Amino acid sequence: MSPLRVTKSRDEFEGEIYESTVVVEGRDLAAPRDGAAGDEVGRPRPRVDGRARVTGAAVYTHDLHLAGMLHAAILRSPYARARVKRVDASKAEALPGVRGVLHRFNAPEVEFRQEKALFRDEVRFLGDEVAAVVADSEGLARYALTLIAVEYEVLPHVVDLEEAASPRAPKIDPDGNVHDAGSYTRGDTRRALREAEATIDVTYRTSTQMHNALETHGAVASWDGERLTVWESTQSVFGVRNMLKDALGLAPAQVRVLCEHMGGGFGAKLGTYKYAVIASLFSMRLGRPVRCVLTRREENLAAGNRSATLQRLRLASSGDRITAIEHETWSNSGQGRWAANPTGPTNTLYDVANVSSVAHRVTTNAGALSAFRAPGYVEGTFALESAIDELALRIGVDPLALRRRHARSRTDPRTGNRYSLKRLLDCYTIGAKEIGWSERRAGGTRGSAPHRRRGLGMASQIWGGGGGPPAYATVHFETDGTAVLRVGVQDIGTGTRTAVAQVCADEIGLRLDQVRVRLGDTEAPYGPGSGGSVTLASIGPAVRLAAHDARAKVLRAAAGILEVRAQELRLERGMVVSEGARTPLGDVMKKLDNSTLIGTGLRHPNPDGLALKTFGAHFARVEVDLRTGEIFVEKIVAVHDVGRIVNPLAAASQVQGGIVQALGFALTEERIVDRGLGRVMNANLEWYEIPTAMDVPEIVVRFVGAPDRRANNLGAKGLGEPPIIPAAAAVANAVANATGARVRHAPMTRARVLAALSMAGIA
Amino acid sequence: MRLVVNGTPREADVREHESLLTVLRERLGLPGSKNACEQGECGSCSVLVDGELVCSCLVLAAAADGRRVETVEALGSAERPHPVQRAFVEAGAVQCGFCTPGFVVAAAALLRENPEPTDAEIREALAGNICRCTGYGTILDAVRRAARITT
Ligand code: FES
Ligand code: FES
Repeated sequence: MSPLRVTKSRDEFEGEIYESTVVVEGRDLAAPRDGAAGDEVGRPRPRVDGRARVTGAAVYTHDLHLAGMLHAAILRSPYARARVKRVDASKAEALPGVRGVLHRFNAPEVEFRQEKALFRDEVRFLGDEVAAVVADSEGLARYALTLIAVEYEVLPHVVDLEEAASPRAPKIDPDGNVHDAGSYTRGDTRRALREAEATIDVTYRTSTQMHNALETHGAVASWDGERLTVWESTQSVFGVRNMLKDALGLAPAQVRVLCEHMGGGFGAKLGTYKYAVIASLFSMRLGRPVRCVLTRREENLAAGNRSATLQRLRLASSGDRITAIEHETWSNSGQGRWAANPTGPTNTLYDVANVSSVAHRVTTNAGALSAFRAPGYVEGTFALESAIDELALRIGVDPLALRRRHARSRTDPRTGNRYSLKRLLDCYTIGAKEIGWSERRAGGTRGSAPHRRRGLGMASQIWGGGGGPPAYATVHFETDGTAVLRVGVQDIGTGTRTAVAQVCADEIGLRLDQVRVRLGDTEAPYGPGSGGSVTLASIGPAVRLAAHDARAKVLRAAAGILEVRAQELRLERGMVVSEGARTPLGDVMKKLDNSTLIGTGLRHPNPDGLALKTFGAHFARVEVDLRTGEIFVEKIVAVHDVGRIVNPLAAASQVQGGIVQALGFALTEERIVDRGLGRVMNANLEWYEIPTAMDVPEIVVRFVGAPDRRANNLGAKGLGEPPIIPAAAAVANAVANATGARVRHAPMTRARVLAALSMAGIA
Repeated sequence: MRLVVNGTPREADVREHESLLTVLRERLGLPGSKNACEQGECGSCSVLVDGELVCSCLVLAAAADGRRVETVEALGSAERPHPVQRAFVEAGAVQCGFCTPGFVVAAAALLRENPEPTDAEIREALAGNICRCTGYGTILDAVRRAARITT
C-alpha cells in the first residue's frame, strides 16, 4: 500500500477552479474499461428509500417533533433599507409561553458571513432579520412577533438592477453599487470586431428566479450542555457544522449536523443561514430543542435566488467562422457578496480565437442571491446561445452547423488542458436526428392553426461536474453478511443514496438490499456538499475503494473460516462462491464472534493537466400563437455527455426535472419587486408561477453514456446541473425560428413575445 | 374535537384558527402530509375528508369535526404499499419526496373515481400539486402504471 501523503487537487466547483490540499493514501482503482453494466451499476433502480418516501414515513427536518421542543420565529424588516433605532420587546416577553427574544440590542456577538452581528443595525432588504422569538408553539411565536415595537429610520433604497447600476442611484455600498466580478481575455477581440465581415451587438436580460424547493429552509437545534445536535434541511451537513462551530465558538466535535431526508435544495441550501444560529442560540440558552422553519414567504425573501442579469454580447464572424465574442454582464446580487458569473460558457464552450468577458455584480436592497442550479451558466447560456443563433441568421448559416464548426476542439480554451473526454458532437448528432432537424426551415413552418407558427431551435451546454477530493467512505460488515456504507454526503433528492449503494453492492458482490447506506451525518468521515454536480463523482470513487477494501477483507475472513485460500473464493450477489459451492455470506460471517471488518476508501486527486467537463445539447420544438404571444413547448430532446450513468432511472428523472425548471425560467418564473416599496410582490406559490403537470412537454432523454475513464475510477461525472443549462436558449431559438422575432428577455412572457413580434412587424 | 383519522376515532384539542394540517402534523403525530405553502397552492398537504380530496392547510380543523379523514399514512405501509405508492417507487417518480405524499393521495383519489383516466384527466387531476424536482414525467408514468395495476 502506498503511504499517506499530502497532495494538491484541482477541482471545478460552480464554474470556478479551486485547488485543495488533501491527504491521500493507497492506490486508486482503474476505471471500468467499457460502459457495460454491472449487476447494479448501469441498471435502472428504484430508490432504496422510495417506500419510506411514498408512505409518508420518511422524516424530514420539518417533521421533527422532539420532546420539550420550542418554536422560534423571525421578525423581518418591513423596509428595504432602514436603521434599527430601538426595539421594545417587553410586550412579547411578557406573553405567557414566550421563552425569549433576541434582537440587535441583546444578542450575543456572533460572527456570520464576515459580519459581527446576527441582527444588523442597518437592515438592508425587506426581509432582513430584525429580531427572533422563541415560544411554546409556532403560532404563539409568530403572534409574539407582532408585539415587538421597532423604531426604524427609513433610508433610501434601490432594488432594481439597472437602476442600482446607474450613477444616480443611492449608494448602498460605500464604494458604489457596481463591483468587479471577474474578467477574462484571449486573443484580441477589438481587432477581430474591426476586421469582421459580420457583427452583431445585442443585449439580453434574465429575471430573478426563485428556488422554491418544496421543503422550506429550516433547522432544529438541541443542546445537551456539552454538544449541539442540529437537524437541518441542507445540501451540506459539513458546511452547516463548520458555520455553526465558528459562529458559536464551539469545537468541531461539539457540533453534529444531521440530514436524513431533505425536501429539495437546488443550490439555496448549499449556503448557511441565520435561522440555524438563532435556533442554536435559543437552545443553548434554554436547554431545550428549538425548531426554526421558514414560511414560504420568508423563503422567497431571504433564502436566496438566481440573480437577474443584464448582458451585452458582441459577436464577429468572417467566412464561416466566429472570430470574436465580447460579453459584458451585470448581475443583481442583492445583499450577496459574490456574483454567479454568467460568462463561463462564453469563455469555455466554443473554439473561438478571440474572447473577452467582464462580469459585474451590483448590490441592491434585495435578498442575497444564492447558488441556483448552474448559477451563472443558465443566465449566460440563454444570452450566448441566443446570440450564436442571431449571428447564424445574419450570415445565413444553419445554427447547428455553425456550432459544429466551433465544437471540435479537444482542449479547454481557457487552460489549454486536454479534455478527459468530450462527446459534444455526438450530442448534436443524436439530438438532431431525434428532433428531426433536417426538417427545420428558415422562417419556421405553419402551426396547427393559421395564426400559429412552429419552429425548431437548439442550444449547447458545458459545465464542470468532475468532482474531486476530499471525500471518504467506510464499509463495515454486520455478522449477517450485510454491509453498512457510511458517507458524509447527503441525498438532496437526486438519488445519491441509491447510487452509492449500487456502486458498493457491485464492488463487493452483494445484492442491493444487502447494502445499507448511512448518510447526512457529520459523524461520518467528511463528504462534500451537494452542489456543482460533484456529489457522485466525488464520493462514488471513494465508495468503490472502500467496498473494494471491505471485499478483500471479507474474502480473507471467509477463506479462514472455510479453510481455503482467499484466491479460490468469489463473492456474487451475497454468495461466497468457491469451486462447486455457493454459501450465503451471512452463513459464513455467523461463525465470527462480534468481529468488525471495516473497509475504507477515499477520493484520489483529479488527473493533472486534464479538463473534466460535461457537455450536452437540447433541441426544442415549439408552437407560437401570434395573436396571444403564447409559447407552447411541444417537445424537448436532451442529450448529455456526462460519462457513465450509474442509475438510468434516476438520471432520466434528473434531466426531466432540470428541463422543467428551465422551462419555468424560460417562460413564467420571475420575481416581481415593487421598486418604491422594495417589496417582493409574488413571494408565494400563487403568483410566482412554477410549471405544473399541465405545462410539461414531451421530453426525450438520451445519454452518450461512454465512461470517462480518465476522470475517476467510476467513469461518472455530475448530472444535477447540466439539464437546466441549455433548455431556455433552445426554446428562444425555436421561437425565433417559428416567428422571425427574437425575444431577448427570459422569462419570455406573453407580453414580451408580443412586444418582440410587433418589433419584428409581425403582430 | 373528535374525528376519525385513518379509521381510528381520535380526539384533539384545537385552537381557534388552526388548520386540519396543523392538527394532523402536530397533535396527531401524522407528519406524512407536508406543509409547503399553507395557502392551498402546492397540494403537498392533500388528504381526503369524507372521501373528498382537499388541501388540509385550507380546512379549519373545527370544520373537520365529526368527519372521516384519510391521510397518506392510511393508504399503505412500507411492507404493504398501496398500488399508487408502489407505482411511484417503480416509475422513479420520487426525487426529494416532499411533494410525494400529496401526489400519492391525489392520484389515489383520482383512480378511485376514475380507474382508467386519460392522459389529460391525469394532468388535470394533478394540476393542483407542485413538484419542483421531477418535472412530472415520471409522476404521470406512475399514475398510468398504477391504473394498469388496479384495473
Ligand atoms: S401546504 Fe396546503 S396547499 Fe401547500
Ligand atoms: S420530488 Fe421534490 S418536490 Fe417533488
